[in-house]
Amino acid sequence: MSGTLGPVVIVGAGLAGLRAATALRGLGYTGSLTIVGDEPDPPYDRPPLSKEVLTGRLPAAATDLPLPAGLDARLVLGRAAVRLDRAARTVLLDDGTPLRYGGLVVATGASAAPWPGPGAPPERGVHLLRGRRDAVALREALLGGGPVLVAGGGFLGCEVASAARSMGLPVTLVDPAGSPLEAAVGPAAGSFMAAVQTDAGVDLRMGATVAELPDRRGSALLSDGTRVAARTVVLALGARPNTAWLRGSGLGLDPGTGALLCDDRGRALDHRGSPVPGIVALGDAAAPPHPFPGPGAPAHLALGHWSEAVDHAAAAAAALLGGAPPPEPAVPSFWSDQFGLRIRSVGVPRAADLAEVLEHDLTNRRLEVVYRRGGRTVGALTVGRTSRLAAHRQRIVRERAGQEVRTDSGITVGRMP
Amino acid sequence: MRIHVDRAVCDNNGRCVFAAPDVFSFDDDEELVYDPAPPREAAGAVTRAAADCPLRAITVEGARE
Repeated sequence: MSGTLGPVVIVGAGLAGLRAATALRGLGYTGSLTIVGDEPDPPYDRPPLSKEVLTGRLPAAATDLPLPAGLDARLVLGRAAVRLDRAARTVLLDDGTPLRYGGLVVATGASAAPWPGPGAPPERGVHLLRGRRDAVALREALLGGGPVLVAGGGFLGCEVASAARSMGLPVTLVDPAGSPLEAAVGPAAGSFMAAVQTDAGVDLRMGATVAELPDRRGSALLSDGTRVAARTVVLALGARPNTAWLRGSGLGLDPGTGALLCDDRGRALDHRGSPVPGIVALGDAAAPPHPFPGPGAPAHLALGHWSEAVDHAAAAAAALLGGAPPPEPAVPSFWSDQFGLRIRSVGVPRAADLAEVLEHDLTNRRLEVVYRRGGRTVGALTVGRTSRLAAHRQRIVRERAGQEVRTDSGITVGRMP
Repeated sequence: MRIHVDRAVCDNNGRCVFAAPDVFSFDDDEELVYDPAPPREAAGAVTRAAADCPLRAITVEGARE
């Protein structure tokens, strides 16, 4: 099935691009393969950047992703795609080079959301964390001492807070929600992590945002009117898909997030919602169909998990080569190591209308939460109970297929926001 | 087919258990347990499990499907 497809161009040299390339070769594609990356570095893995690389347990160079034997791909690094011309089947690079493609893989990832204002951030002292060079710069800053102010209590912000505390630095974490991680995993798991973080010495400022970056004396203003001392500020305010280069191409971009809409096989959709031949998307730049569609759920969802890039690579490669769709849709999963705990999750906790807490043990630092919507299991999260996760995942798969719907049992702690 | 898991690298991510539940599991103490010499029929799932490991902690030898 690889005979007719012309040259394949993969835009994006991260995990998603590399996994797509590997899957194409694995399915027998023997033609030309070019991978374009806007960073000068070869493909590397992101999860350690906010954990081991910050603490120094892992040198940044150790995050290199190995290129599989027989990949036979041309790597064009330090070049960004600036435009897609679908009629000419050409991607234009920022040095003016046109790349002709028969098959195109959009794997351009996402960028860290910048400081929203007021004012522009100063040249020093305010950090974003997305790329490897960001992690190296932030580590340097942390080695210079605290205090550290983390804006944003999602997984990234919490991991940065954890790393900074493990280096002995004073840390303040600010988030508009009632507890850290709440937007992603709900108030029950959020309050558990709030207790863990407070115990670890993090100064939590919930229900607030950073209103003004630190002044000359290193004092930042929060939206609740209080001031916080900060030598280093880390903005962990979310991610934005890198799809500006696709504007004007006629491809469908999510009006809210800007992610490239695609179908369950990774095929890019045009602005009418029809799959476009010869273009697939995966990873943080892509918004595949919501894994648990239903009333109130958006039709497409860009989760930004490591697992998304990996789990969708085979389907996207098969779609590009004209092969069969995957037998069953992937179940998303994610993990986070912070404050000495292993947080593990399957499904989409934020899609739930109800969180059922099966175990909540702060003494032994164990947590098990099942997430449901309309009685069906749509997610699960454990801390120190990874052994329970596979069974929850199987239930998600069964109930999604409509084979079994359990009635609620156990202790209901709270509705999801 | 032989499997080896580098326990110094393994971070209990659990993705191998999702991919190959007949071969990998966790015991009640959160220790990864696995069959170091699984049957031939498991080759596909084991290969997927190794590719799915975020830490690349799993090595597989002789997994021709």
